[in-house]
Amino acid sequence: MDQPSAAPLRLCVRRTTEPGATTSVSLQLPADVRCVEEAVELMVRHCFAGGSPSRRTSFRLRVLLTEAISNSILFGARGDPARRVRVQAALTEEHIRLEVTDDGPGFDPDNVPDPTLPDKVVRSIGRGLFLIKNLADRVEFNDQGNTIWMTLPRS
Amino acid sequence: MGFTKTNNGTGVTIVSIEGQLIVGNRQELKTLIQEGLDRGERKFMIDCTQTGYIDSSGLGALVSLAKKVRELGGDLRIAGLNEDLRSLFELTKLDTLFHISPTAAEALTGF
Repeated sequence: MDQPSAAPLRLCVRRTTEPGATTSVSLQLPADVRCVEEAVELMVRHCFAGGSPSRRTSFRLRVLLTEAISNSILFGARGDPARRVRVQAALTEEHIRLEVTDDGPGFDPDNVPDPTLPDKVVRSIGRGLFLIKNLADRVEFNDQGNTIWMTLPRS
Repeated sequence: MGFTKTNNGTGVTIVSIEGQLIVGNRQELKTLIQEGLDRGERKFMIDCTQTGYIDSSGLGALVSLAKKVRELGGDLRIAGLNEDLRSLFELTKLDTLFHISPTAAEALTGF
């Protein structure tokens, strides 16, 4: 039997023509892993609109978005498609600042083991935050641990 | 986008990842390999020549599949990683767990 289709994604883009101003892109998606790829591609398209990012930057943005969104879906919203994950990007000429939020209880980002330790590297889980910390120039969390901000260059 | 499964005629099952290997499709890859194992296939090569990006769920799926294949006396190798994908394997030290070849042709040699 076919799985029920996921709820639609909601995208909002606010642009300004003022030099040096910040452009914002926001998107809400259901907490359904089937929506992750489409959400990532929508965000990437709008984050790089009018620009020509390096292959490396494009790769970093895709992996960062995928990790943060899937963490929010799986651990924050417990994979409940009735719940929502919110993704925002603040764009300047030089930088992209991503924000991903869920309505879950949050987690302590300082209490996640290093997945490259000999006894952890053979595990099939636990690499998401590690990748985020290594691919973003800057990573921040709110006190509750249910919002993450990630900064990377736009070029 | 998706997975293409072929056999090279010498007993190696080649699975090409076209597009992404991420949280949304990792189960599809697991099912594909499991079906091969159920049919008695034991040698698998994951060809990433056409792969865009892999997330931690995708990396985790490869780790668990390799473990499963090796427990049954087989092997699962990886080929065709571009510079960005290769850096993910090195960053996570998964390059120490997998036999990684630059190209699919090289991976098949001596498998």
